[in-house]
Amino acid sequence: MIRTRSLTKDFVVSRSSTVHAVRGISLEIDAGELVAVLGPNGAGKTTTMRMLTTLIAPTSGTATVAGHDVVAEPAQVRRQIGYVGQGNGAGHTQRVRDELYSQGVIYGLDRRAARQRAGELIEALELTELTGRKVADLSGGQRRRLDVAMGLVHAPPLLVLDEPSTGLDPQNRANLWQHILRMRAEYEMTIVLTTHYLDEADSMAERVVVVDHGEVIADDTPEVLKAKLAGDRIVVTAADTEGARRLARLSEHLPEARDIVLDGARVEARVSDGPGSLPELMREAQDAGVRVTTAQVHRPTLDDVFLNLTGRSLRETEGNGENTDGENSDGANTDTQEAAA
Amino acid sequence: MSTLTETAPISTTAGTHDSQPARRSLLRDTGIVMFRELRPVLRDPFSLIFGMIQPLVFLGLFGPWLVGSLGDQAGDAFGGSVWQWFVPAILVMTALFGTSTTGANLLFEFQTGAHERMMVTPLSRPSLLIGRSLKEMVPLAGQAVIIVAVMIPFGFQLYPVGALAGLVMLAVFGVGLGSLSYALAIAVRKQEWMFWAVQQTLIFPLMILSGMLLPLETGPAWMQAVAKFNPLAYVVDAERALFNGELASSTVAWGWLAALATAAIGLAVGIRAMLRSAD
Repeated sequence: MIRTRSLTKDFVVSRSSTVHAVRGISLEIDAGELVAVLGPNGAGKTTTMRMLTTLIAPTSGTATVAGHDVVAEPAQVRRQIGYVGQGNGAGHTQRVRDELYSQGVIYGLDRRAARQRAGELIEALELTELTGRKVADLSGGQRRRLDVAMGLVHAPPLLVLDEPSTGLDPQNRANLWQHILRMRAEYEMTIVLTTHYLDEADSMAERVVVVDHGEVIADDTPEVLKAKLAGDRIVVTAADTEGARRLARLSEHLPEARDIVLDGARVEARVSDGPGSLPELMREAQDAGVRVTTAQVHRPTLDDVFLNLTGRSLRETEGNGENTDGENSDGANTDTQEAAA
Repeated sequence: MSTLTETAPISTTAGTHDSQPARRSLLRDTGIVMFRELRPVLRDPFSLIFGMIQPLVFLGLFGPWLVGSLGDQAGDAFGGSVWQWFVPAILVMTALFGTSTTGANLLFEFQTGAHERMMVTPLSRPSLLIGRSLKEMVPLAGQAVIIVAVMIPFGFQLYPVGALAGLVMLAVFGVGLGSLSYALAIAVRKQEWMFWAVQQTLIFPLMILSGMLLPLETGPAWMQAVAKFNPLAYVVDAERALFNGELASSTVAWGWLAALATAAIGLAVGIRAMLRSAD
């Protein structure tokens, strides 16, 4: 569905400075995948999406979307994709139904089909009470649902969502996701989204592409990423420091044990399989006559993955979850910055 | 929120995946863009009514004053009825303000993200400009009808074919000016106040040096000389000729040339700007 080869994008800011927003992204996404592109602000997520959706031309490299080259055949690409950008696709002065109808006609439906399609999507995305409202009068969550509806008007094989849930409260986020997942099941769509919500990427995506400084630094299922790049952490305390020392030695034999830290009576270790390793450690401790007082397993988050990869925490760069700091990942692209704000 | 199972299944009226793409035509796309832009106007009849009346107010206030201030010269300058001279000018003025400010709408759609969404659709790029500019012409046609209807009792003489040709010429000119307005909006989208600064700075000299409100003949010679380089001056002259029933004359020909040149340059500049607007 998507294939990019060494895709790059430079923004010339002034004569003496160029921002390398994307530095060679090669990516293959098959039909039917649900992929989250995760990274801090300025990582190049949005710039990449904008290249894939024909909004901006790559500086170098190639990208094929739905079988068409984004530079050579942008018109064909546009027909095959639905796009929900960071801003509101629906014009603020427009009425909900009008805008859905226009979108249908734009994608080649005749008047009757466009009207019918608008009605279907209004019902599917629970916009029924809002059809006569002006877009400007909708709440953030309602507007986002309308944006998604507009992206789906032509039942595209590929839906690109750029930070779909940023700025929404948890309830609205969950609601939006319900709709997106249902639409995906209905249409067998491929979905690519960018997000900087760690939990969102973790729980919703089947594959996470971690991007930092314009490059892909990891690409796998959330489970594998966490297991490979972060691993579980087990924390046990012994009744005394001598016991803890023995526990630390025992934990060295656990599968892929590393980063063992002994702190008084407390022992911490990273292992590949926490829930499996901890009982084993307990058995060995019992055999060795060590009395264990507490035992915990900490499952890793994608933030641990990012921390391990970059030495930085994603949370620090996240901007308190508010979407006013210009999510636009590129630093150089003030349009989207404004759109997001 | 109702549970998901309650909502109706989606049939795919939009089964456009593999079906051969609908042929895109500039005409169809322009129509789509124009009607999309018109819908909020039509849904809000009050703003429409006020918009319709505005030129009439201007005409009623400025017209008599014009005659009074010119005194004896009035007859010579107008070559007859003041309304015959002034009505076409008011229509040009309405078109001038309507299309030259239209870029502000685009600025707004830049901010909200609606423009970006339109750019991702398969709409042909010129249609995004032409459709928006032509949208300004629809209320103008309505205004023309109202003005003419109101002015006929005051001695305004209607030449329907000429008037129609005049409106078409205005539409051509308006597409050019509207496109330039969009190009300006795109160029200054990172400092929006610039849009109004530039628009206001240009519009008034352009208007005054066109002989729209006062006959250029009563102005100093240098003004008349400068006006020779103002395409709008040719359009204004041609509109007066057309509304006087003069369909084919050199004045009208110059007007067409000025309108077409403005449209060609405006579209060339506007489309270039539009293609780069996502950067």
